[in-house]
Amino acid sequence: MSEADAGTTWAASSGVAGGTSTAVEPRRDEALPVLAITLNVNGRERRLEVDTRTSLLDTLREHLRLSGTKKGCDHGQCGACTVLVNGRRIYSCLTLAVMHEDDEIVTIEGMGEPGDLHPVQAAFVECDGFQCGYCTPGQICSAVGMLAEMDAGWPSHATADVSSPPIALSDEEIRERMSGNICRCAAYPNIVAAIRVVSEGRPG
Amino acid sequence: MRSFTYERATDARGAVAAVSRPGAKFISGGTNLLDLMKLEVERPSHLVDISRLPLTDIEELPDGGLRIGAQATNSDTAADARVRTHYPVLTQALVAGASGQLRNKASVGGNLLQRTRCPYFYDTAAGCNKRDPGSGCSAIGGFNRIHAILGVSDACIATHPSDMAVAMTVLEAQVELLDADGSARRVAVTDFHRLPGDTPHIETVLRPGEMITGVVLPPPPPGRQIYRKVRDRASYEFALVSVAVIVATDRGTISSARAAFGGVAHKPWRSVEAEAALTGHPAAMATYRAAAEAAMRDAVGRGHNDFKIELARRTLCRTLAQAAQATEAG
Ligand SMILES: Cc1cc2nc3c(=O)[nH]c(=O)nc-3n(C[C@H](O)[C@H](O)[C@H](O)COP(=O)(O)OP(=O)(O)OC[C@H]3O[C@@H](n4cnc5c(N)ncnc54)[C@H](O)[C@@H]3O)c2cc1C
Ligand code: SF4
Ligand code: FES
Ligand code: FES
Repeated sequence: MSEADAGTTWAASSGVAGGTSTAVEPRRDEALPVLAITLNVNGRERRLEVDTRTSLLDTLREHLRLSGTKKGCDHGQCGACTVLVNGRRIYSCLTLAVMHEDDEIVTIEGMGEPGDLHPVQAAFVECDGFQCGYCTPGQICSAVGMLAEMDAGWPSHATADVSSPPIALSDEEIRERMSGNICRCAAYPNIVAAIRVVSEGRPG
Repeated sequence: MRSFTYERATDARGAVAAVSRPGAKFISGGTNLLDLMKLEVERPSHLVDISRLPLTDIEELPDGGLRIGAQATNSDTAADARVRTHYPVLTQALVAGASGQLRNKASVGGNLLQRTRCPYFYDTAAGCNKRDPGSGCSAIGGFNRIHAILGVSDACIATHPSDMAVAMTVLEAQVELLDADGSARRVAVTDFHRLPGDTPHIETVLRPGEMITGVVLPPPPPGRQIYRKVRDRASYEFALVSVAVIVATDRGTISSARAAFGGVAHKPWRSVEAEAALTGHPAAMATYRAAAEAAMRDAVGRGHNDFKIELARRTLCRTLAQAAQATEAG
């Protein structure tokens, strides 16, 4: 199956408005606006046609068949759909695929693979950081993004004095910074342990 | 979700021109708009994507203030060294809101314009004057635990959910706007959001098609800045009540005070009554109690949210005590 036909089969329609923006008008004979876009996912260019309404989450799962990213709530309330966009963690359910051309998208499939796990993946295995595993891809992507935020010196709600860096990654900080990822199995203690293992094993 | 056409704006003028067509709306981080579009509470027929506009800078102003571009993310704003040092109440409010993932997408403009979390507003089967003018208010006489206690009307008792806007209120921020005709204006953040009155569907003084381009913070006032948020769970939850204060003391007397509440009204609620009861009075619990009484004098509960009145009083007292203690110590 080719990438472009994995999802919608509607014909692409495009029109270009002059000046400072490009627009796609719905075709008269078909009420559904479809856009041809190119996404960079896990280092690969993926060309596809999507209904403008398609969330990044549905695009990854249904069009690109990258089903590692999970749908929990579809409303920004659980974190299961967390992916990295340009190195930052976001919820893929509350963003549109058409908004992400030229962005670098990394999903759990791009983190590592059996035999060559990302350190955060390895730590989740080592520390038993999951039970059913449904929230895990989101937890791992979120943890990777969160550790980069720590490296950048970002404060959190657990930071006693936001005006005075540096901030140490205490368990309280880990819990607060990971609060955007709900685990229905409540594997939280081992998720915190896994992240602590990774942060302690890193230089600096 | 209803079908829509999409375009990406590359400059601010182009964006306001593009949004002038009927049914068009801006999309920024999308974290509130897409949530509501999925439920068909919002039904734009055209989206103008402003998320890549070059409005992300945070820059120092000649007068000592700071200008934050409308497209600066909530994360970048909270982490900015100048914000953390000179406007810590803003960082505290931002990091108390939503989650890391949401703050990475949420923009300053979108945060100001996020809509209420009233569950009846989200439920298209329920009557709601804000969503569907004239259809009644299901929260009055319904389940109204999270609803407003100040500035309410018989048409709507919804609250504005932003934490950021409460901090900006005590900082006396100005919202910068660009109109479709290219004209710019500034509005004080206190005047930006409206009370519900008879028209709860009109939430701000924004004109149709007008875009937020930035927020200007005047030079920081003297005193200790604190944001305190009270909620049902410790993180990733909206405020039941929140308080932002900036308090300066001089040998045991409060020399200046600003106070605002979140979670209690249709807009971030600055309490000039509390401020008047504080300024010139001893930095002591009796003063804080008097200020809390003054702040809640006109508060009205609707049953489930009655507890918010006492919660707001206590939250204010505790936050003031903490702020005054710190200024004396420092
Ligand atoms: C689960 C969850 C929990 C949350 N918890 C909190 C919380 O605790 N505290 C809190 O404060 N917030 C919270 N939020 C809300 C979050 O802060 C907002 O969704 C976010 O700030 C909106 O910003 P955005 O850029 O994504 O806006 P969008 O969703 O893109 O836009 C929102 C609205 O603003 C308009 N708009 C956007 N930018 C502009 C502009 N520059 N000019 C004119 N119009 C514009 C859009 O047309 C739209 O109507 C939460 C959200 C979720 C989903
Ligand atoms: S409180 Fe306001 S938003 Fe909620 S149901 Fe009533 S009118 Fe609608
Ligand atoms: S599926 Fe995106 S946050 Fe739940
Ligand atoms: S491991 Fe089951 S939801 Fe987290």
